[in-house]
Amino acid sequence: MGYLLKGHKPMRNLIRLATLIIILACLCSLPAIGQETGAEVPDKPAAAGEPGDAEEAGPEALEDADIVIGMEPAGEEEASAVEVPLPSQVTVGDLPNDDGTAVYLTWDAFPQETSDVTYTVYLAESRDGPWFEAVSFPANEEYMEEYGHYFPGFFWFQKARHPKSRHVVIVEDVRIGEFNRTGEEIMLPEPVGFTIEPNVGPKNEDGEPIEPGVIDELTGEEVVSQKFVEVEPRKVGTMFLKLTSTVNGETATYPEILEVGARQNWFDTGRLNVLIFAVLFGATVLYFIARARRDPDLFIRKISGLDAVDEAIGRATEMGKPILYLNGMSSLADLPTLAALNILGRVARRVANYESKLTVPCRDPIVLTVAQEIVKAGYADAGRPDAYNADDIFFLTEDQFSYAAAVCGIMMRDKPAANFFMGYYYAESLILAETGASTGAIQIAGTDAPTQLPFFVTTCDYTLIGEELYAASAYLSREPLVLGSLKGQDMAKVFMMFMIVVGTLLMTFGVNFVKDLFKALG
Amino acid sequence: MLNLAILLQAESELLPWQQSMADFFFSDGMVTLGTWIAAGLTLFMFSFVYKDNPLFRFGEHLYLGISAGYLMSLYFFNNMKPKFFYPLMPFLDVSGDTTLNLWVLIPGILGLFIIFRLIPGWGWLSRITFAFYIGGFTGITLPKVLNGLLLPQFYATIDRIPYMVTSWDELVLLINALVLFVGALSVLVYFFFSVEHRGFVGGVSRVGIYTLMIAFGASFGYTIMARVSLLIGRMQFLMFDWIGEEIVGRIAVLFHGG
Repeated sequence: MGYLLKGHKPMRNLIRLATLIIILACLCSLPAIGQETGAEVPDKPAAAGEPGDAEEAGPEALEDADIVIGMEPAGEEEASAVEVPLPSQVTVGDLPNDDGTAVYLTWDAFPQETSDVTYTVYLAESRDGPWFEAVSFPANEEYMEEYGHYFPGFFWFQKARHPKSRHVVIVEDVRIGEFNRTGEEIMLPEPVGFTIEPNVGPKNEDGEPIEPGVIDELTGEEVVSQKFVEVEPRKVGTMFLKLTSTVNGETATYPEILEVGARQNWFDTGRLNVLIFAVLFGATVLYFIARARRDPDLFIRKISGLDAVDEAIGRATEMGKPILYLNGMSSLADLPTLAALNILGRVARRVANYESKLTVPCRDPIVLTVAQEIVKAGYADAGRPDAYNADDIFFLTEDQFSYAAAVCGIMMRDKPAANFFMGYYYAESLILAETGASTGAIQIAGTDAPTQLPFFVTTCDYTLIGEELYAASAYLSREPLVLGSLKGQDMAKVFMMFMIVVGTLLMTFGVNFVKDLFKALG
Repeated sequence: MLNLAILLQAESELLPWQQSMADFFFSDGMVTLGTWIAAGLTLFMFSFVYKDNPLFRFGEHLYLGISAGYLMSLYFFNNMKPKFFYPLMPFLDVSGDTTLNLWVLIPGILGLFIIFRLIPGWGWLSRITFAFYIGGFTGITLPKVLNGLLLPQFYATIDRIPYMVTSWDELVLLINALVLFVGALSVLVYFFFSVEHRGFVGGVSRVGIYTLMIAFGASFGYTIMARVSLLIGRMQFLMFDWIGEEIVGRIAVLFHGG
């Protein structure tokens, strides 16, 4: 590592930055580490707020959420005849980091909870009801711990703040209903907003609804009618929730009706690390682009396969045969295609100098137009605009294997002396490269398709592996934009190598936070 | 205009003559003929294994032409019709699900700019489309790649190295962790372009290229297996759909002596 950093001030700065991030991460993770080792997270004092305030900051938001009402567990004055535990510290809020499709409800768990106690959440369109059961579960399930990823902290790796001592229920788009005894659900129209359609139940053969309490003539049993609640929180505005706990048929209801609304969140705190890394890497690349503009001779090591480019073009010229250049199978939006087009510019200039023929069959119509421009510019740069023939750069088809068949046909008929396979390839790579090899052409490939690289390695004379394709593009063009990007990526690699070494060492001794820096939550 | 009207018509609303055509093409005789044509074309394409020949050229050109035409019609029916023509002319959508949406004019005009390349002097307009296309796509892709590819890979690479080995399983874990650690770092060094690969760095990068080659070897074998399964699928088509199970069975009996 020291060797790599020798004489590279920006690298040293990057390492310093990485160290600073790790120290900051350590400081931010202290409560989390404490939690993991069994430290208690004290309950904050109860607070009340407006609906939908809670989505900003995960656990903090939970503590400052819409409605928090401190309640002592049942057993004192409010106890019913049976000892029914009453939920306490109940909190509702908009689910953070979502697209406005869910709300959450959370409350304190009791020590040693068992399945004897059942929690049930009811919801309604108005404070006066009617109330419909949204979810019901045994008290020893559904803890915050399991749903921690829904509530990332301000720093995404503060995951251990979600204790097992709190329950959570997430209410998303739901369709709640009671079923008739046969278990057949009657489908209702698509849910629109929050609609309550009571007494929409099973129908008899004539299509008439069977009212509650009606005895089914076939089974002789009472038919339970269906009641449905269609909830799409994004469209609802405000909904009302009620929480009960039940033991042995005795129910205790949390006395407050909880009001909550779902909202779309603009910022996903779970992806904060993506933003930080994107900004860091982007800034590094921009810095090196600026440096490459000042000094276009930034050092890039020589890539062995590139010498073969001139060699292959020279060979084709000597043999009087054409050169075949493929830009890959992907579109212009993919980086390998852009790198392939950069290299094409260089090849076109050389071909124009040597007065050879360059054939470029394209799979994508947009790539075709850009390739035509690049080859034309290459011929013009070489002082041979008259030698450019637009018909040599042509479209075949977008279908993968018919394109491959057509290129194979071209190889067999025109017998090009040099084949270039640059860009991204799929299953046709071996067909193309094997056919090219059978014609005796010198072949140079460059791709970052990991599954196709082995085929090019085995059938081509030179292969640019993965990022070498981009490096080749920068090496040949010396364009500040490409050169700066490559240098920026190199710096990012140093940063990553440092993080891997430090992270692995810390992991080995039981400290996970560097690994968690890279955790993608979104 | 008549063709356009037919193309824009909802697929479910077949006219009587269209229904007759559909019945004809899906009749037993036509399906059998289709199988023979498919089998013949398959053999034409396989004949390339021997050498380039007129049969292969026939198959190649037919395949190329049909695929280009088929994909163009697909683009029209799956993209142009529902995403451009219907929002601009909702009355063409017989299902009545589409409402007027003039926003589609923006991508429509951008698409038109590409065609302007055919008009001398107007070709520069296509650069606006390309700039929008590349810029927009890169902006969408960058966070996706970071979130879905780069960060998870680093997350998976950073792992505990078990330094106390007391069982066979832990030894395997140790080897696995070391291979991952050394392999990932050495490959990263191989793809480091800012220093010459000499001395210590050269040695590490050599380990990196060996790691890559071992990975490529495994990938090669795995992919070849998948390719062989494709060949098996095509051979099954020739043997069972074209030649027929009964004849294949008799040939098999002939060779195995029954």
